[in-house]
Amino acid sequence: MKAAALLLAGSMALAACASDEEPSSGSGGGGESSAASGDLQIGLAYDTGGRGDKSFNDSAYAGVEAAIGDLGGDVTELSPNADGSNRVDLLTQLADDGNNPVIAVGFAFADALAEVAPQYPDTEFAIVDQSVADMGLDNATGLLFAANEGSYLGGVAAALKSESGHIGFVGGVETTLIQEFEAGFVAGAQAAKPGIVIDRQYISAAGDFSGFADPARGKILAQGMFQSGADIVYHAAGGSGQGVFEAAAEAGGRAIGVDSDQYETVGDPALQAVIMTSVLKRVDVAIQTWITDYSEGSVEGGSDVVNDLESDGVGLSTSGGQIDDIKTQLDDYTQQIIAGDIEVPTAP
Amino acid sequence: MTVLRRLGTLLLAPALAVLIAVAISAAVMALLGVDPLQVLSVMVDLGDTPSQQITAVVAILNRALPLFLAGLAVAIGFRMSLFNIGVEGQYRMATIMAAAVGAAVTLPGPLHVLLIIVVAMAVGAIWAGIVAVLKVTRGVSEVISSIMLNFIALGLASYLLTGPFRGSPEGASTVSTAQIPESGRLGGLNGIFDVLGLANPPRQLYGFLLVAVLVGIVVWVLLQRTRFGFDLRATGLSPSAASASGVDARRMVVKAMLLSGAVAGLIGLPDLLGRTYDYNTDFTSGLGFLGIAVALLGRNNPGGIALAAILYAFLDRASVPLQAASLPSSVVTIIQGTIVLAVVVANEIAGRITRRAAERASRQSSGPPPDDSMTTRRVPGVVSEGTP
Repeated sequence: MKAAALLLAGSMALAACASDEEPSSGSGGGGESSAASGDLQIGLAYDTGGRGDKSFNDSAYAGVEAAIGDLGGDVTELSPNADGSNRVDLLTQLADDGNNPVIAVGFAFADALAEVAPQYPDTEFAIVDQSVADMGLDNATGLLFAANEGSYLGGVAAALKSESGHIGFVGGVETTLIQEFEAGFVAGAQAAKPGIVIDRQYISAAGDFSGFADPARGKILAQGMFQSGADIVYHAAGGSGQGVFEAAAEAGGRAIGVDSDQYETVGDPALQAVIMTSVLKRVDVAIQTWITDYSEGSVEGGSDVVNDLESDGVGLSTSGGQIDDIKTQLDDYTQQIIAGDIEVPTAP
Repeated sequence: MTVLRRLGTLLLAPALAVLIAVAISAAVMALLGVDPLQVLSVMVDLGDTPSQQITAVVAILNRALPLFLAGLAVAIGFRMSLFNIGVEGQYRMATIMAAAVGAAVTLPGPLHVLLIIVVAMAVGAIWAGIVAVLKVTRGVSEVISSIMLNFIALGLASYLLTGPFRGSPEGASTVSTAQIPESGRLGGLNGIFDVLGLANPPRQLYGFLLVAVLVGIVVWVLLQRTRFGFDLRATGLSPSAASASGVDARRMVVKAMLLSGAVAGLIGLPDLLGRTYDYNTDFTSGLGFLGIAVALLGRNNPGGIALAAILYAFLDRASVPLQAASLPSSVVTIIQGTIVLAVVVANEIAGRITRRAAERASRQSSGPPPDDSMTTRRVPGVVSEGTP
């Protein structure tokens, strides 16, 4: 039946094409990637959600774009299917098409990378948020972030700016990665204001990734925190953060964004006003730096690159100017973390 | 009726559905200014080298495997006018329990695999059994209770994974159960490519394929060639008529749900036994819902479901090369979505055509209608009842 179906598909496609020839012939060739150019051919495999998430994936694309701006080249972007079952196919396709380097966005690619990378020893891979140190691959680099350090500063800022002495944390999915955000935030808040009350909740449990894309439930959790007296809530919940911002706007409280400068990306003036700062995770900088290293031939496979406060891989955004008055204190904590005087925990 | 005509009536509805879906998709593509022919050529291009082509075929078959089992599980319910929307929760519970049991014991090879399969089927059946018991004792609609059990399964599996069954080290970004030892794994079938003289890529064809084929045959025999299958189909057609002829309808509900759940329990095993060897936070979810579409397209018939699963898997695979060629991969989603809609419409149309043909035939022969018309009339009724 498959053959029959394809035959039918073909004839129908023909019919549709014939009846509508002008528009299709006008733009049909627009999609061909220019494999002929001798520049970099970068393969980019997104995490679930793909391009346009105003967060993680977009940040990765921004890094690739910046690198292409400097070095020239071309990018092929692929997104996984809804259930994320075809990650191996994505990496295989990118490597088969001759893309080099290939960047996998998100730790969910770990198993796929372990399977595909050995098959393409001449291709250099990078994976965001996943250590490759124990994977035994000599053509892969792990791009890691000290999310706990950035979140520590977020905790300091929340504690210093809180008037009620009560703040909150909304995590997307209770994974190890997000627990690092929580641990840093809590440690920072307690350091800046010992005895501060911190509500901590996750939208979904490990294994259920709906928590990153559920603004309604994010809003309910944040509402509960604001009603019980919190005045600043930090979210590490991807797309669900939108609900946290809405809850803050309705409750007259404030919120802290995550990953990218959400003051700039949220796109709604009413919500913009409640975003005090964002805990940045500079996926773009990390990727751009790595691609530059690759083009210079200085990538050392099989190892990790940790992006932390020292390398400006994490930090706080200042758009909106709401934390300008505590800048000296934040700088002080930053220096202490870089100097190693403060050790930020990675698990709550 | 000749074999050819039977085959024709059997294939009429799905072929019509695929045709409608492709026509709609082609129209959408044309509207967007994308060349449908170019899209089609990318979809059917499996790769340049023999190794790439075989890899693509393996990817399609590996994806089709769980879809086939999901479609089969849903279809067993459909055959009895039971809408088992809880396949999703059934296979999630089954997979995590099977992973935990498989990792906890060490047995000689075949026995170990067999134990994992039996555990998965039992857990799936028990989870579906809750739905059946609620239906026959309290009259709770299986649609409502099985949807709710999906959420309970999700929560329970998360608790088990992060609590008692946790096997991954602290700090690992992917939380998983302990690994199933070597003896509990199923090797790939790539040896057959060597035998056939084809390229043998690193990607392994799941060994579970053989189990799935066996299950498909058993289910077909059970439904079409046994007293149990006849009772089940009869109860699905008319519970009152069936009980008048001595079939205990409530008992049949329980049996059908248990069977459906047992097959559902197998959905997660191709991945578990062939690739991941543990249940983890990257578990492939949503197959239970895709199974509904596959069962509809396959007209609740094991052979049809296999073809439908392969078609779905083929479309799924195409989304990657489409993206690589900078063509909208949403085409795949549009085709898959319209197929489901079109199937409902096409089943109704095909049902009317065959019914009319049967009536004509019975008028001409002025005897009782042949048994085949009975079979073909059943499906549209089940579908329209089973579709919310």
